[in-house]
Formats: sequence, structure tokens, C-alpha cells
Amino acid sequence: MSTTSDASPIQAGAADGRPRPGRGTPTKGDAAGPRPRGRDLLHALPWIGPALILIFGVVLFPAVVMFYNSTRDISQSGVDKGSVGLDNYIEVFNFPYFWPIFGRTIVWVVVVVAATVIISLGLAQILNKAFPGRRIVRLAVIIPWAASVVMTTMVVYYGLEPYFGIINKFLVDIGLVDTPEGYGWTRNPATAFAWSIVVAIFVSLPFTTYTILAGLQTVPGEVLEAAKMDGAGPIRTYWGVVLPQLRSALAVAVLINIINVFNSLPILKVMTGSIPGYDADTIMTMIFKYIQNQHKVDVASALSVVAFVIVIVIVAVYVRVVKPMKEV
Amino acid sequence: MAVTAPAFETIAPPAASARKRRYTEDQVPLGKVLVRMLAGFIVLAIFVLPYVIMFFGSVKTKAQIRSVDPTYLPTEWHWENYINMWSTPETPLPQNLISTIVISVFATLIVLLVAMPAAYYTARFKFPFRMVFLFLVIVTQMLQPAVLTSGLFRQFLAFDMIDTWAAMIFINAAFNLSFAVWIMHSFFAGIPKEVDEAAQIDGAGRLRVLFTISLPLVWPGIVTAIVFTFVACWNEFAASLVILSTAGNQPLSVALTKFVGQYETSWQYVFGVSIVAIVPVVILFMIIEKRLVGGLTAGSVK
Repeated sequence: MSTTSDASPIQAGAADGRPRPGRGTPTKGDAAGPRPRGRDLLHALPWIGPALILIFGVVLFPAVVMFYNSTRDISQSGVDKGSVGLDNYIEVFNFPYFWPIFGRTIVWVVVVVAATVIISLGLAQILNKAFPGRRIVRLAVIIPWAASVVMTTMVVYYGLEPYFGIINKFLVDIGLVDTPEGYGWTRNPATAFAWSIVVAIFVSLPFTTYTILAGLQTVPGEVLEAAKMDGAGPIRTYWGVVLPQLRSALAVAVLINIINVFNSLPILKVMTGSIPGYDADTIMTMIFKYIQNQHKVDVASALSVVAFVIVIVIVAVYVRVVKPMKEV
Repeated sequence: MAVTAPAFETIAPPAASARKRRYTEDQVPLGKVLVRMLAGFIVLAIFVLPYVIMFFGSVKTKAQIRSVDPTYLPTEWHWENYINMWSTPETPLPQNLISTIVISVFATLIVLLVAMPAAYYTARFKFPFRMVFLFLVIVTQMLQPAVLTSGLFRQFLAFDMIDTWAAMIFINAAFNLSFAVWIMHSFFAGIPKEVDEAAQIDGAGRLRVLFTISLPLVWPGIVTAIVFTFVACWNEFAASLVILSTAGNQPLSVALTKFVGQYETSWQYVFGVSIVAIVPVVILFMIIEKRLVGGLTAGSVK
């Protein structure tokens, strides 16, 4: 990103005739003519300094610590025993379950995000129509967003328990499960993972639906009228007029969901955490297994760096596609 | 919240008026309205269902909730669960609740105190590296504690702050700061600078302008930022799981996972505590519901 080159035209923004309506960026500086940059920065520091300290101290510095630790040999008790080069990375990649875990992470992200976006498009369509009681429905859709993901997952976990779980009872009652005690969904890595996907979709729907709703409000009514006049049916109007208008809303929703789902720990931790082995793990749960179960902070750091790089790539794509700096 | 209601209307009139217009102008046939209501009802039912199961479970006895032939509805309502759950042996729940509250409140306060000046200044004044700063804000907004946990763990170990509330307060504040700056920035930028200038000509200092002129106008943005930060801190899981090792220090989100995989989980208590933890934040979110459409993505949806 060429941020520094972005910054210079804005310095002289008003003079260049670059239109910036509604954004009151230049104020005193313009009237007083050009001022020394150093003094401007000094003036800004008391206002942005605390934010910089927090961002550098607790977000960026730990990232540096993590990169450093990924090349160190750290004992189980936490003592740094010196450099090991890339050995931790070799351990990460040579772990026999690494590639299955990697593949499962991709399945996890792709399936959850794709299903979330498709369902949210439908939900937003319903919530955008006028009907009595719409406000209550909209408020209900918020609940999984505000509620703790751990707690939402736990109620599903309980429901899936054999013998007394309420979801199992329901599945038995409607005849989908033959055995009277239900099925041990959370005992088997494949089914526990599948149900985790369902929960992940459920908790991702509110944000996605609301983002799409915001996008739908930007679709001009006249264009819809015009499409109707031209004889376009609802489906054609949706594909031809509405969806193209939703492009940037969808870009935001997809990318933020990818980040959130990739970083998601609680759902799999609750659903699959008590299953032995590594058949339901993603990169994120594996990092925590290294830290918590095996006390290998060095190897965990190496895997975290791998995850971090993946996140940075996604963020780069985000900045590229959505161009959030344009709005500043 | 009576104060914020009118402010919402003044800041975001287009959405509100458009909604009203659609209700009155469109003459939708009754059949269509009924279909929409039915669809709406199904959506409502699905989204409420897990929490209804939670609530019903929270008033069952242990024998009922672990019964081999479970009932959907509680046969008796055992409200005493809401008192007894606080002394369950698995984890010190009262301390966990206090921990959740302390961490969330202080982290939110820090975010407010740190984000507001930064958002105000970047929206109002230009200075060298302003774009670099805003770029930093956007990028860190995408980073979550989970991916940096091993770094955070080693860092706070070195600071001798592992297993302290202070560590989690700083972590929560830092990771929610960017979003708050971004939201407030877009609100401050939305106020015409003439308002500020008029006040300054009248002799008001910069801080006085901020507190007496700008703040009341951006109040909805601040409320949105506060609610989002508070709810995110309230539900934070990944970093707390690693940083806080003592049972009494852990927030509810971490403490409750200890019930999973137990030989005989007291699900009724898990659900009682969950209801107590979920209801306040859901209410907070509902207060800012109007902001969720549009305000959230703060300019990136266009």
C-alpha cells in the first residue's frame, strides 16, 4: 500500500482542488498557510498518542514477540533456551495432521462464509420488506450477535447429547434418528465438526444480514421502478439491479466474515474440544492445543505466524477490494 | 436512553423517512403481507430458539434436564436455580461475573478515553502521517487476539502481568480501539466544520469546542462505539483462556466451558448463568439497532 504517497496530496488537498465535500479536514492550517510538518505532528500527538501506544504496545508488539518466539526454543516452563532457526516451523509442517488440519480450515472458512452470505441475502430480503412486526423480527435476529458465542454453542452441545439432549429428542421424534437415545453427534469428530459449521453460520448471520440490509438501502427506488416498467420480473430485477448494487456491501461482509471465521475458537473448542485426536481441528484450535495441552509456546508461535500471514493476506485483499481509505 | 432517541433521528433521517414512505405508499395486497409475516415469524422462531431452550433448561432440575426421556417444556419451574447456581462447585461463578464486569467496564472506559480524542483530531485536522495512522487503525481492526495469543502470552509473562485483570483490560481495549476510532471518526467528520469554527471565533478553546459542541452531536456514534466495545469485551474468549489461569480471575465465557465434558454437567446452572450474561448485552445491542443498519460499516458500504 502506498500510504505515504496518499498522504502528500491530502496535505495540499484544498489547493489542488480535490473535492472533499462534507469532510472538514483542512481548517486552521489553510488560513494560516503552510506550517512546518514537525509542529503539526507535535500538536497531534497528545490526541493520537494514547491510541498509538495501545496499538503498538498491545497489538503490534505482541506480533513481533510472536515472530521472535517462533524461532526460539522455549521450555515447557517458559524458559527461553536460545535460537533454533526454523525448527519450530519444521515441527509445524511435519506434524502428520498438519495438512488435514489445513484443509479442514479451508473447508471451515469457505463453507461457513458461503452459506452465511447466501442465507443472509434471503434474510435481508425478508427484513427489507414492510410487514407488521418486522421490527421485532429484526431485533430477534440480533440476539446471536450480542450473545456470547461460547454460550450459544453450549446450548447446542447440550441439545446434541445422547439420551437427554433436546435436539436429539426432536430428531428422534420426527423420525430422522432411529435409535431412541439419539445419536452421539459430539462424540464423533466428523459430525461434531459439521454441527460446529451450523453454529458458526448461525452466529455469523446477524452481522452479515445487517450489512446486506445497509447495502439494500442504497438501491435507489427509481431504478427498481424503472426495472418494473421495463417488464422485469422480481428475479430478473434482483439479479440485474439489486445484486450489482450490493457489491461493496457483500465485499465487506465476505471479507470480515472470512477473518472472523478463520479466527474463531470458541465454537470448535466447545463442540470438539473433548474429542481426543486431531480430526476436528482447524489451525486456530491447533494453536491453542499447542499452548494449553502441550505447553509448546514456541511451536504455537510458529503456527500463529502462519495464521497471521494468512490474515494479513486477507486484510491486503480487503484493502485492495473495498478501498476503505477512499472514504477517509 | 431517552436522550439518544431524538439524536438518532437527526443524524440519520434518510433511512427513517424512507422506511416510513414504504409503509404508506406501497399498497401491498393482504395475501403478500401474510406471506411476509409468516416468513418473518419463522425467522424469529429460528433466531430465538436456542435461547428459549436455554431459558427452559435453566428452570429445570438436574434430574429433569438429564432425564432419559426429556420434555421440551419444563414440567415444574425451579426459579431457585437462579440463586443456587452461584454456589456450584465447578467454578466460582460470582467471581467470574465480577471479573467479566470489571474487565469489560474498564476496557470500555479506556477505549472511550483513548479513541475519542484520536477520532476527533483525525477528523478535524490534518497532520503528517494522518493517513498512515488511519491505515494502521483499519489494519489493526482486522486483527483479533486469537491469532496473536501466543505473542500476548509471552509479552504479559515478561511484564509479570499474566493472570491479571489488568492484562485482559489492556488486551480488550487495544483490540477494540480501532473499531471505536473508526466509528467515531466518521461521526466527527459528518459535522460541518463551520459549527466548530463559529464556536472558536466566539472564543471557545479547542477542548471546550470538543466537549460542548462536537460531543453532543456525535453522541450516537459514541454510544454505538461504547456498546460494541462493551459487548465484545463481555464475550471475549480466546485471550482470556490463555492469559487468565486462576479460576476466580476468569470471565464467564471461559469459566462456563469447564462444564463441558464433565461426568455430570449441571446444565441448568450453565443455562441460568448464560441467561443472566446474555440478557443485558442483547438489550444494549437492541438500543443501537438503528445504527446497525448503515452506521456499522461506517462509510465502507456505499
